[in-house]
Amino acid sequence: MASEVEKKAVFDIDSAKEVVQELRASFVAGKTKDYEWRRTQLKAMLKMMDENEPQIVAALRDDLSKPELESSIHEIAMLKNSCKLALKKMKHWVMPEKAKTSLATFPSSAEIVSEPLGVVLVISAWNYPLLLSLDPVIGAIAAGNAIVLKPSEISPATASLLAKLVANYMDSSCIKVVEGAVPETTALLEQKWDKIMYTGNGRIGRIVMAAAAKHLTPVVLELGGKCPVIVDSGINLQVATRRIIAGKWGCNNGQACISPDYIITTKDYAVELVDSFKCELERFYGKNPLESKDLSRVVNSNHFARLLKLLDEGKVSSKIVYGGERDKSNLKIAPTILLDVPQDSLIMNEEIFGPLLPIITIDKVEDSFDLINSGTKPLAAYMFTNNKKLKEKFVEKVSAGGLVINDTTVHLAEPTLPFGGVGDSGMGAYHGKFSFDTFSHKKAVLYRSFAGDAPLRYPPYTNGKLRLLKALLGGSILGIIRALMGWSKA
Amino acid sequence: MEELKAFHGGRANLRLCFNSNQNEDSIFKALDQDLGKSPVESYRDEVGVLKKSVTYTLSCLEKWVAPKKAEVPLLFFPAKAEVMPQPLGVVLIFSSWNFPFTLALDPLIGAISAGNTVLLKPSDLAPACMSFLVETIPKYLDNKAIKVVAGGADIGERLLQLKWDKIFFTGSPRVGRLVMAAAAKHLTPVTLELGGKCPAIVDTLSTTPSKAKVTAKRIVGGKWGPCNGQACIAIDYLLVEEKLASALIELLKKTIKRFYGENIKSLKSISRIVNEHQFQRLVNLLKDPNVADSIVYGGSVDEEKLVIEPTILLDPPLDSEIMSEEIFGPLLPIITLKNIEESINFINSKSNPLVIYAFTEDETFKKRILSETSSGTVTFNDSMVQFLCDSLPFGGVGQSGFGRYHGKYSFDTFSHEKSILHRGFYPEIEPRYPPWTDFKLLFIKLAYEFDYFGLILLLLGFKRS
Repeated sequence: MASEVEKKAVFDIDSAKEVVQELRASFVAGKTKDYEWRRTQLKAMLKMMDENEPQIVAALRDDLSKPELESSIHEIAMLKNSCKLALKKMKHWVMPEKAKTSLATFPSSAEIVSEPLGVVLVISAWNYPLLLSLDPVIGAIAAGNAIVLKPSEISPATASLLAKLVANYMDSSCIKVVEGAVPETTALLEQKWDKIMYTGNGRIGRIVMAAAAKHLTPVVLELGGKCPVIVDSGINLQVATRRIIAGKWGCNNGQACISPDYIITTKDYAVELVDSFKCELERFYGKNPLESKDLSRVVNSNHFARLLKLLDEGKVSSKIVYGGERDKSNLKIAPTILLDVPQDSLIMNEEIFGPLLPIITIDKVEDSFDLINSGTKPLAAYMFTNNKKLKEKFVEKVSAGGLVINDTTVHLAEPTLPFGGVGDSGMGAYHGKFSFDTFSHKKAVLYRSFAGDAPLRYPPYTNGKLRLLKALLGGSILGIIRALMGWSKA
Repeated sequence: MEELKAFHGGRANLRLCFNSNQNEDSIFKALDQDLGKSPVESYRDEVGVLKKSVTYTLSCLEKWVAPKKAEVPLLFFPAKAEVMPQPLGVVLIFSSWNFPFTLALDPLIGAISAGNTVLLKPSDLAPACMSFLVETIPKYLDNKAIKVVAGGADIGERLLQLKWDKIFFTGSPRVGRLVMAAAAKHLTPVTLELGGKCPAIVDTLSTTPSKAKVTAKRIVGGKWGPCNGQACIAIDYLLVEEKLASALIELLKKTIKRFYGENIKSLKSISRIVNEHQFQRLVNLLKDPNVADSIVYGGSVDEEKLVIEPTILLDPPLDSEIMSEEIFGPLLPIITLKNIEESINFINSKSNPLVIYAFTEDETFKKRILSETSSGTVTFNDSMVQFLCDSLPFGGVGQSGFGRYHGKYSFDTFSHEKSILHRGFYPEIEPRYPPWTDFKLLFIKLAYEFDYFGLILLLLGFKRS
């Protein structure tokens, strides 16, 4: 009994230090750099997901009431694809990249070699607790690092399951899961890491970066923002509406960093748009959406209260045109649409992260760009239009992590596109090869030979050497030849 | 100097006029005043580097700003994916005193080419150069978009309170931490170009005499050549086999005398120590009697002229300050080993340097150095020249910093790579939408595996969920 109690002791600074020391020893011993080790771990992760799908789906249901389809597809299938891609492409990713050399360093050859950073920390979020934990870990493994994963305590069933599965399937001398909340995370952040990747909100992002600064640790911060959707007229409204719904309520009930946060459309088009939403929402979720099994719940009572605060604010509650129903005991809020909420309302000034969708109306579609740019840069921005010029303007003017035209959220599934934010929505990117790169150091290597040692490099410095140096750096062929062959006299 | 054309794409104005003789002379004069740099060194390490960088950037800029296509799987058809670089916005550049032009203007070139507006804060420890930049840049560059501010650490601190879209810092790890901590408050991404003890492994002394001579020249050129050792990529210390140490020292002595003069009185073609503070710091490194005892060449100082002659030490105590701090000056410790392969462990016992130099022809040893050590860069059989390679990323790892620049990497470091996916309205894939059914689940699973054949079977009713 006593030893059981000891095992469950608090994870404090000393425990964190021990963990890092153990992982660093494994890294220095070369375990994680070994190519076969990386392949074995990735294959083990695939097996882990194949053999535990029902348990994963159950944990996600516990934590988020996530529908099975969302769990199977947005979390498990996406991860398996990511694993398979890494297994397939890793042999190319680890190859050094040749770099061109110029006459200035002739004769020489150069390359860029990818090497692991060392021991990395991945802190993930609660809304996609499996995907946002393991997708970065896939990149870190492929790049050859040792890893600590700290899943979110707000999705505890998934966190526990991850801890158990990773310990059973993967090499725990190199990959560890540390469960816990603020004290454990703080203990981890005190340590020196070679990279920290954090997915979550801006407030904690600042804390993570400040902690990293003490050790000069580079960071990747995947944060959030208010992802806008501009809806132009003259489009296939039904398809557009469905795609917005799929990206909003179909993604963990709006609790996703790339979910459409709010809509901007013209005053003339708003009514048609609202009607289309009403129609499609009912088709997807029925007349009593609070009872639909196809919607996640709000994760916990804190967030539930937060969302109600946004909804029940005086100047906002009168703007509800659809939905608004809530079920406190089951932490459910029905898909809710609001029309023309004031710009200074709470709901328009923080990331909603829930099933409320405000629609802002403007006179001309072009006005939407300035409106978006007046806020902080979001992780994603969406636009539905058939107007080529508008598309071009949108792409050029709107700064966001990523843009999608005529759809929402699907760019996440595209491993050839870097996924990350800019400004307040974060720094750094991952997915596909970008994950491998983000956990690698790209070491520059220059190979020189002993031939062609030009005296003009060396002192004593004279005017003659200055003249020749100018020729060399300036690219005058004749001057260069003379300089390189060492035929120039000092 | 040449005139750069404004880039036609409507990007922020890139018009840098370098005036042939007039400004060049002023630059040489300022560098001589602040650091005692000779015109050849000034051209080689500052003016020439910058001209090359600008020319290269202009020739590639159109290619760099163009969006890059990304592959899209058939499932998404019809769709188009691309990555488009965009300026980050308003950026802050802090530069250092040892290469006051290069370290200020090379990042500036990157920031401008990527379309940002820039505030440059040069180091006040090179005051003549700083003044030159403050006075001259507004004459040539768009003053509404590019500003230079003079001042010391207090100005730097105040600038750090503001919100920037990127901060680029070259300097010491101590200040690097402060910069990053300040940036964290605003979630501002940073690039930190720091330092470290750059070792040179010497394994070519027992090859041919001419290779040994070239090795010595490149070592000497890589230590005292760049601002008299006051450079982040200067060779900090040497690692050599015991039995070859005296041969190495002899070669180095000869080379030093030939390059820089016989003694401290006849010293030439070499920069001086930047100021009194750095001078005292370096002199203090030699105060330890065990360290002083290990001096085998040089050691003389001239406080009035802020000169310390090229000094070689043989096996100073490993726990002395000279072996634990970045030297950043004209003192060169030589550490001897029984076997040159031990140099790998020795280097790994210290924090990751900006560069590892290795003079060796042993291909196996080269491979071991590459895979068993970590540094920003590795250069084989030479020193310093990697700086001239526009195609190699220049930056550190671990305590030597993070982020990189030079060539396209400069452009990238000041850009945000925005991903863009264009979709069509047709065809529509119904299984994307609720209410969910087993059929839809199976459909999507097959879709995610890109199992197009399976999908067809499912649609034709030949697959059951």
